[in-house]
Amino acid sequence: MVRVSDTSATDGVLGGLMPDLRPSISSPRGVDRPDGRDEIVDPVIEVDHLDLWYGRKHAVGDVSLSFARKQVTALIGPSGCGKSTLLRCINRMNDLIPGVRVQGAIRVDGANIYDRSIDPVEVRRTIGMVFQKPNPFPKSIYENVAFGARINGYRGNMDELVERALRQAALWDEVKGDLKKSGLALSGGQQQRLCIARTIAVNPDIVLMDEPTSALDPIASQRIEDLIRELAEEFTIVIVTHNLQQAARVSDRTAFMLASEDGVGRLVEYGRTDEFFTNPKDDRTEAYITGRFG
Amino acid sequence: MPREQFHQGLQDLQDGILELGSMVDRQIDRSLRCLLDRDLTLAQAVIRDDEEVNRTRFHLDNVCVLLLAQQAPLASDLRFIVAALAMLSELERMGDHASGIASIVVTMQDEPLVKPLVDIPAMAERARAMLNDSLDAFVHRDVEGAYAVGRADTEVDTLYDRVYRDLVDIMVRDPSTVEACTHLLWVAHNLERVADRATNIAERVVYTVTGMQAEMDTTPV
Repeated sequence: MVRVSDTSATDGVLGGLMPDLRPSISSPRGVDRPDGRDEIVDPVIEVDHLDLWYGRKHAVGDVSLSFARKQVTALIGPSGCGKSTLLRCINRMNDLIPGVRVQGAIRVDGANIYDRSIDPVEVRRTIGMVFQKPNPFPKSIYENVAFGARINGYRGNMDELVERALRQAALWDEVKGDLKKSGLALSGGQQQRLCIARTIAVNPDIVLMDEPTSALDPIASQRIEDLIRELAEEFTIVIVTHNLQQAARVSDRTAFMLASEDGVGRLVEYGRTDEFFTNPKDDRTEAYITGRFG
Repeated sequence: MPREQFHQGLQDLQDGILELGSMVDRQIDRSLRCLLDRDLTLAQAVIRDDEEVNRTRFHLDNVCVLLLAQQAPLASDLRFIVAALAMLSELERMGDHASGIASIVVTMQDEPLVKPLVDIPAMAERARAMLNDSLDAFVHRDVEGAYAVGRADTEVDTLYDRVYRDLVDIMVRDPSTVEACTHLLWVAHNLERVADRATNIAERVVYTVTGMQAEMDTTPV
């Protein structure tokens, strides 16, 4: 049974200690919660009874949840729970897999991206993606960032665009001296930041990240985490991660998925990250994040 | 089960807290006996043995810190360790209160008692019961048991109020008893604080189980 834990009972650790400061502490990026209750009042993405099959394999079952605008939402769960599948549904990357069938709807700013009138390529222009393994183009740093903007018809000052994207990705100071250098010559952490710069250069509304730091060393990972928090000022971010502490550090909300006995990935719990990791509502969530299974 | 070493660490921490609780309970018992028996040797032993209470507390504090650093606990495990840190502080302060009573006994020397000791031993008995009940609630994650400890604090407060009024009456009638009355008032105050700290432990039990933080209402009904 899907249980969404967006409740008004917010007496978690911080709430009990400092109730007057609760909104600012538990929502460092200014969560839109005008009445103080724990609701997503301005969702940018609404997943509505989504099911997905890979051929006959039912991978994701009846998932419904909303993603808040300009917040970071983490998707966690054991391998095979459907979290990456769900992520790829949001920008229709699963369309590229033969035999995939999707049922239900995903609305982005109110429009169902699975409507027959919608071009999936257009969807991917506005919903960018960063992958687990950094995958810069075999081009210069400059061209890695400029390429997407150029094919999208950008007519403005490309130098300014490249600099802005690299600054936003916290990479500018490290590469400004040689933008002609190949992107492949950068370190792993720098390559991932270059990929982020490439993604945000086309000014998407939403950035999806599929385990963006799992291939990086701890220092590089920490820099990406810092960057995620900065980018959330401007973009809506959805991140899949196996690292529970990372999810706890970077996200505003966390969703936990689990494959049921029938092998279908379902949403178990979804709520504010501060409460999720200190006082989860569902026993299965508790068992997973405390390491008692999985 | 995954993370066996971590879960064993949590169990060891819990066992350590219970062991510290037993030490403190014994210290409180001995402090009352040295008062009732006017046993200065025992009083000195209680004062000396407070060092072991402190050492045990700091050792267990370090256990908590290592668990936090090494295991990155979440949810109920995190609440347990955070609550444990608070409980360790309360237990160590209870030990200080027992040592404080023993110090008063040493100060009193062979000073005559200004009144028979009835309410003060009753306070001690109830405070010790609250300590043991709070730790029992902790072991069994018993929220109702924890709330019962909170309710029991009312009785100790009532006894303290009676001791206070009685001693003030005595001091008013005979100002020469001020020093002797003050000694007993300090003893009663130390016991009243032990009971308060047991209530604090009970609040940590509620937090461990439910994630809720709130002062227990110990206002007399």
